[in-house]
Amino acid sequence: MSASLTLVIVMAVMYAAGIYIMLERSLTRVLIGFLLVGNATNLLIFIMSGRPGSSPIVTGTALDETIVDPLPQVLMLTAIVINFGMTALLLALIYRSWWLAQLGDEGDTLTDEHAAETSADSEVTFRSSSDDEAAVQASLDASEDGSDDDSGSTGSSDQEAGTR
Amino acid sequence: MATILLVFLLVSVITPTLTRLIGLRVFYVVAVLPAAAFVYTLTQTGVITAGDAVVQTLPWIPQLGISLTFRVDALAWLLSLVVTGVGALVLIYCARYFDADEPSLGRFAALLLAFAGTMYGLVTADDILVMFMFWEITSVLSYLLIGHYTAKRESRGAALQALLVTTFGGLVMLVGVVMISVDAGTTSLADIVANPSDSPVAIWAVLLILVGALSKSALIPFHFWLPAAMAAPTPVSAYLHAAAMVKAGIYLTARFAPGYADSPGWLPVLVTIGVWTMLMGAWRSLRQHDIKLMLAYGTVSQLGFLMVVVGFGTRDAALAGAALLLAHALYKATLFLVVGIIDHRAGTRDWRKLSGIGRREPALAVIALIAVASMAGLPPLLGFVAKESVFTAFLEAGLAGDGWGWIALAGTALGSVLTVAYSAKFFWGAFGTRPAISDTPLHASRWDFALAPGILTVATVLLGPFVMLIDPMLAAYADTVPGEGDYHLALWHGFEPALFLSAIVVLLGLVIFAQKKRVARWQASVPAWVDAGHGYGHTVRFIDRIAARTTHLAQRGGLPQYLSTILVVFVLALGAASFVNRTWPDTVVLWDYPAQVIIGLVMIIATVMAARVGQRMTAVLLAGVTGYGLVTLFAFHGAPDLALTQALVESITLVVVVLVLRRLPSRIAQHNKPMHRRRRAVIGALVGLTMGTIAIIALGARQWPDMAAEFARLAVEEGHGNNIVNVTLVDIRAWDTMGEIMVLIVVATGVASLLFVSGRSEQMPRLRESRKRREPQNRRRIVADPHASSAGHAVTRQSWLLGGRTQSPENRSIIIEVLVRLLFHPAIIVSIYLLFAGHNLPGGGFAGGLLAGLALVARYLAGGRYELGEAAPIDPGKILGLGVVLAVGTAVGSLFVSGIPLESAYFEADLPVLGHLSFGTSSIFDIGVYLVVIGLTLDILRSLGSEIDRQSELDEPGDDDPEHPTVPPIGNASSDAGDAIGFDASSDWVQAEAPAPGEGPQTAPITQPDHAADETSPTGGQR
Repeated sequence: MSASLTLVIVMAVMYAAGIYIMLERSLTRVLIGFLLVGNATNLLIFIMSGRPGSSPIVTGTALDETIVDPLPQVLMLTAIVINFGMTALLLALIYRSWWLAQLGDEGDTLTDEHAAETSADSEVTFRSSSDDEAAVQASLDASEDGSDDDSGSTGSSDQEAGTR
Repeated sequence: MATILLVFLLVSVITPTLTRLIGLRVFYVVAVLPAAAFVYTLTQTGVITAGDAVVQTLPWIPQLGISLTFRVDALAWLLSLVVTGVGALVLIYCARYFDADEPSLGRFAALLLAFAGTMYGLVTADDILVMFMFWEITSVLSYLLIGHYTAKRESRGAALQALLVTTFGGLVMLVGVVMISVDAGTTSLADIVANPSDSPVAIWAVLLILVGALSKSALIPFHFWLPAAMAAPTPVSAYLHAAAMVKAGIYLTARFAPGYADSPGWLPVLVTIGVWTMLMGAWRSLRQHDIKLMLAYGTVSQLGFLMVVVGFGTRDAALAGAALLLAHALYKATLFLVVGIIDHRAGTRDWRKLSGIGRREPALAVIALIAVASMAGLPPLLGFVAKESVFTAFLEAGLAGDGWGWIALAGTALGSVLTVAYSAKFFWGAFGTRPAISDTPLHASRWDFALAPGILTVATVLLGPFVMLIDPMLAAYADTVPGEGDYHLALWHGFEPALFLSAIVVLLGLVIFAQKKRVARWQASVPAWVDAGHGYGHTVRFIDRIAARTTHLAQRGGLPQYLSTILVVFVLALGAASFVNRTWPDTVVLWDYPAQVIIGLVMIIATVMAARVGQRMTAVLLAGVTGYGLVTLFAFHGAPDLALTQALVESITLVVVVLVLRRLPSRIAQHNKPMHRRRRAVIGALVGLTMGTIAIIALGARQWPDMAAEFARLAVEEGHGNNIVNVTLVDIRAWDTMGEIMVLIVVATGVASLLFVSGRSEQMPRLRESRKRREPQNRRRIVADPHASSAGHAVTRQSWLLGGRTQSPENRSIIIEVLVRLLFHPAIIVSIYLLFAGHNLPGGGFAGGLLAGLALVARYLAGGRYELGEAAPIDPGKILGLGVVLAVGTAVGSLFVSGIPLESAYFEADLPVLGHLSFGTSSIFDIGVYLVVIGLTLDILRSLGSEIDRQSELDEPGDDDPEHPTVPPIGNASSDAGDAIGFDASSDWVQAEAPAPGEGPQTAPITQPDHAADETSPTGGQR
């Protein structure tokens, strides 16, 4: 298969610019980057269909011989519509987050304070399993502790036996 | 055999219900099942004695060569008898062990039964991957069974410990299993062992499998989970941790020993670890006060012993190993059950508090004494026979010049000395009478509590003198091990060296027992070596901490950093891959046609400008230019469907973006420092370069011509349509489309839920009088326009759009209203035409739906949200739902007709006027797609259009309504803190919207706009 360099270059530029924009913190920029990257991706799939030809509609004439590969077109058709849906979702997100407008200057970056909070949380989680762990060890160790002398613990065992 | 497993599964499932009905008696009922399996296995004895195997095969995953093959040979026969026999007895025992009010008894019974079935599957499975599956299921079931007392910390901790350790081993083993099955080219255990490979892959694979076996059988360094698992109810300990599950590792070693015992590393690993485990377990057993833990460490010790014997790899050792395995299962299960009885009746397991039990319970004491004697290896019991044969086998091997034989002999003999000591101490501890303390009070119990241990003891006693009965079967296994050997199991072999060794062992063991106080003092003075249990705790805690720290470190950068990380990894991985690539396309043309260059240039310019401008709208429009550029490229390239769809999408996208952005500040704030800009540019350029390279490589790598011709044939013959793209969407690859419309539904729901905080089910905004207007007699009446005075005109001014009146006069455009009025219905008709014409011409459900959506957009733009409500007075969710019902209905319907989902059927007819018509079920599917796309557009319009309208109207200060407190616009919040997401607080737009300073820094956003306000603001003026 051969490629049209023009299309490849257009696609690469769209990717480059799209990523460049997307890496900003502003959600609107992310949206614009998303639009560009989405179009670039469609173009990438499109390039895979090779050189131009007649449209993939069977006519029963000689045109049928030069039909372009229909599969990339099928993939793209749904991709275009889904792209639209995702754009709308991003817009809704933008509007919503602007609406809430509660994020600090750091955006969604975790502050140190937050990090301490999270690690405190996870610490609590771990402690529970560590405690289970320690309980196992304690019960095992308890069986080995103390003297092996059966007369030594008479008093306490009498007491315990009595309570049962 | 597969049937038995299936019955096990089914009965386990109904066991909880059964328990609710008949209580504790359920154990008697379910015990029938393993007992039946036991009897069934006994019926196979004839085949086993003849040295054959019973094989049953069911195909399962032929692509991977995995089948449900079950094969009972001598080894599997022995293990099957152990797991089913002990399983049945333990289940019977449970009926007395538990009280009727025991919590979650049904679950326990079901799990224990399922475990018995799984063990049966594990030992009979011949497919190594199926065997592994059962192996892992036993780990999970053991986790659930150990954790039976969910309220106890020890239970939970021990259960988790056992699970982590055994699944770690299982994971390592899986690698070995895959390696060895790939290396051998078969998944059959029998074949793998019968034709051992000596390739490095096989050698490593076997060692990895050994890790799994060691962890399962609780050998050093994995031994610690077994004593901890004693937190489980005693029947579980007796069954899982003495007779059955821990034997799985022994079984696997015994299974591989005939083929791989001489592979490098096998013998050193097994003998060293086995002997060490045996000594360590016995040493610690002597120190325990808890008689159950005494047994647990004893079990660890015995498992080490077993591992040395079954792994040793001579014929006689294999025979001895099989006998020892059976003997151990019999006496250890008995002892655990006895401990359970003592615990149940005395309420303690600490031997320092037990006294006089043997005197008062002679029957129990006799049972325990016999089991203990078998454990210590005293004649005439099975344990003695087994130990004699072990010593003989090692002695023979040592005399034959095998150094490992002497090591194994010395190690196991020393271990046996300690075994005798702790056996004696156990019996003394559990049943002895201590003069210093009074007799331990015992609860009464039924006589049949001791039934299960009693039966096991009878077997121990009988199989000693009559061991020749099972000798042929065990020998059938032992004979699979290569090498000489003609040893036979018997009680009396004459005065052989092994007999003297046994005598010395017993004597020394009793000496240690007699000196127990001195020994205990000595043990206490020996510093504790590294405790693997503590080591495990540290390891787990360390891994937890590392995981948490990594997460904190990696996940605090915000979206740009995450994206950058992903993209850099992407560039590195694919860039590296494209460096080693050798397939480049034969030809690269500069352009397909000259116009392409011009379109491309325009697109590039628009792209670069979009990256540079600061105005939101400009950037969006420039991005739109690239979209329209694609439209032309598609049109020139032979893709009319794409061009149509892209053009429609691009138009709707622009409108929707404008709808949202009109509420946001017009300039995008610049928060990024120049340093970041350079980094972003580098990442962007690299990604662009990588993608370009990938595109070229992908084209070059393509070896086969495209499938256009085949698709054309499929479309016409199978899909009854000429438009290949559309037929592919709705017929040939309809599953893909099905997935895609699901995505659209998710997206629509997501958009709606982001805007309608309180739920989408609110009423569509409708005009008050619309119902009256729809009545037939009012249809043609001219509507008086309240905003335009009709005074002085002969004809009352007519409103072209019903909702137009709700717009403020300065927002209205009569030309647009007229155009929309004229174009809406034709547009809907064209969209329906596109929907149906799509099968043969450009169009289809997607394009049709988008066009209908665009018509709705036009209605909304001209008349506002009330107009939209009038145009589509239906909940978008219902449209989406109807679309999905149609699409899925097509799939399900054809399932009933042809058995294949989404298989199309066609009805053809010649009609008088319309001519030849062909209508397929795929058209119904396409209608579903059409409706989903309309629903999506409508949902977006309602959310991003109508709802934002309503919210912004609420924000605006009511001039004539002082009663109605103004909710501060969001601009207020964003002016001091809300610009984090990039909205320039200093722009004019915000200034204009911002409330007067007097209103105060009220930051609460609007959450629940009430309906009263909804009614008053837009329509209030006209009435």
